[in-house]
Amino acid sequence: MIKRIGVAILLGAISLLVGCGGGGEDGPKNRHRGVYMLIDTSGTYTKELDKAQNIIKFLLAKLNPGDSFAVARIDTGSFSEKDIVAKVTLDDRPSMANQQKRVFSDEVDEFVRTVKPASYTDITGGVLQAVEFLNEKDSGRKTILIFSDLKEDLDKGYIRDIEFKLKGFEVIALNVTKLSSDNYNPNQYLARLEQWQSRVESGGGRWRVTNDMEQLEQIFVN
Amino acid sequence: MTFANTEISLTVLVFIVLGMMLALYMARDSAHNAIRSMSRVLRNGFRMSAKALVPVEHLVALRNREVLLAVGRELKERDIEREFERIESSVKKELADTPSLCRVVQEEIAKLEDDYQKCTEVPPSPPGWVKAVEAVANIKGDAVVEDILADIHESLKKAHEETTKEYRHSRKERHSLLKGMMPLWRKVLEAVNTTDKNVVSLLERVKVIDRYMDDYEQILNGTDRAVRSLSESSFRHFFISTLVLAIAVGGAMINFNLIAHPMSEMVGASTHISVFSFDFLVSDIAALVIILVEITLGLFLMECLRITRLFPVIGALKDSTRQKMVWFTFAALFSLASIEAGLAYMREMLTQDSLATAAVLRGQAASVIDNGYTWITTAAQMGLGFVLPFALVFVAIPLETFVASLRSVVGAMTVSLIRGAAFALRVIGNGFYHLGSTMIHVYDLAVFLPLWVEKVVKNRKNGPVGVVNNDRRKVELKEAS
Repeated sequence: MIKRIGVAILLGAISLLVGCGGGGEDGPKNRHRGVYMLIDTSGTYTKELDKAQNIIKFLLAKLNPGDSFAVARIDTGSFSEKDIVAKVTLDDRPSMANQQKRVFSDEVDEFVRTVKPASYTDITGGVLQAVEFLNEKDSGRKTILIFSDLKEDLDKGYIRDIEFKLKGFEVIALNVTKLSSDNYNPNQYLARLEQWQSRVESGGGRWRVTNDMEQLEQIFVN
Repeated sequence: MTFANTEISLTVLVFIVLGMMLALYMARDSAHNAIRSMSRVLRNGFRMSAKALVPVEHLVALRNREVLLAVGRELKERDIEREFERIESSVKKELADTPSLCRVVQEEIAKLEDDYQKCTEVPPSPPGWVKAVEAVANIKGDAVVEDILADIHESLKKAHEETTKEYRHSRKERHSLLKGMMPLWRKVLEAVNTTDKNVVSLLERVKVIDRYMDDYEQILNGTDRAVRSLSESSFRHFFISTLVLAIAVGGAMINFNLIAHPMSEMVGASTHISVFSFDFLVSDIAALVIILVEITLGLFLMECLRITRLFPVIGALKDSTRQKMVWFTFAALFSLASIEAGLAYMREMLTQDSLATAAVLRGQAASVIDNGYTWITTAAQMGLGFVLPFALVFVAIPLETFVASLRSVVGAMTVSLIRGAAFALRVIGNGFYHLGSTMIHVYDLAVFLPLWVEKVVKNRKNGPVGVVNNDRRKVELKEAS
């Protein structure tokens, strides 16, 4: 009798632990972060790449083992794996993760040194590629960073009137510089921001704009 | 119009108040009874509850006393047992030499006796032929006699010199013998002193045992003095062991911090386990498990060495098995301590690596300079990693004391709580009773007007009656006189 009670208690404890560990019906909670950064390489915006480089290094320092990070450029047709400059899923071991960060940093440095300005700006294609990449990685927190002035300029034949599916995504626009035309008519700038916000939010994502590194730090600490 | 309305309202209000007052006055006796009975019911209920707690308190106190005495008896038995073990080892170690010591003393004394015999002074032999010389000397005027006397004188002188020389030689020998006796005396004295010291030590231990036995007897008899003394020591032990355990927890936390980060290199830094909506890193859990295993091994080691007695099964094992267990647990502890030292070293390496990576990411690769003192930190961390597991072994001692004293302390606290609860219930019961009295007075205050009227009416009624009564009393007094 006592043995039976003991076995029952043991089984109960195991099932409780397994149940708790499983995190309920939704399965184990994924705490890994997935970050996809799009860098605008069109026209004069290439001058801003130094800032992008700093942001990438800052993000690398903030990422933990298990997190995924990819940097891709925005050019004429951005919906392509070829536009991914560097990508990594950090190893579970901290020492390996550090090594991967260094290699990633070198790859980005090389890209910034050799990048050539693109003729057109396909931001939508880049976002679609980012969604695909982050969904593949199945990260717990998915963040898309757009380092651009948000002025989309598509080549002929590129169709980008596609609705985003951004449920669970956070889209952050970084360093949204004002164009010379925005100075004449600030409404253009504001309309641009509003248009992207509505596109992201209608797709179920969260939209943010930040031009401040401190704000970005807060986002990544939280 | 408004004034009239107000007047009407006031009139109505006054009527209502008066009506209510009248209604309350009419229900006064019933209300008083109801309030009184309610307050009595509440008071009695609380007092009964308080009374019901008294036997519980006595029961718990009795049980506490039994437990306290049982624990005290066990501890005292252990003390006495240990003291006997000490005496046994002392007897084996120190008094085992007593026969050989006695033999040494006897031999030394025999030697001393022998030497003493040799030292006795032999008086020089008296000259046997002195009287013959005197007779020869009495012959006068003979030259031959003179020559003979001169020869005798010469021979005598020579013999005397030889005797003196021999005497001096023998005396010198005796002195040297006496001188040689000194170390023998010292040796004898030393042997006697050693024996004396051993005997004194034994006597002291016997006194301690006597004291223990006295305490043990008190505990067996269950005297109040024994219970008081045990209770006091139980509280003292509880607080001291809690303090030491708190210090040990601090040590364990330092140990945890030393090995938690490098453990991520083995089990990964991103795997989590959720228990009741709390997330734990697997590396943290692994580090914690290592520390807990070390503490457990420490408990077993202390148990095998018979320093603690938390597990009677281990204490009942054969001595040879216990010895094997001691070596096994020590080896396991040593391995874990070595692993921890390695992890502490890895921690430093990982920190350096992270710093270097951060510097590279900041574009300051050249600024990472080894200041030459890093090895001190590394060595200190490794030393801590190696020493802390062994330090945690000693947690077993305060833990045993804590467990032993916890029951008594919790029991005493339970008794105090029950006593406090009984007191509080009595106070609340009395409070309700007095509240009832106050409520009756407040009720009377609400119906003061009818009461006043009643009083006035009664006084009027009592007036003639009082006069009649007074007249009657006067008549009675007259009759009596």
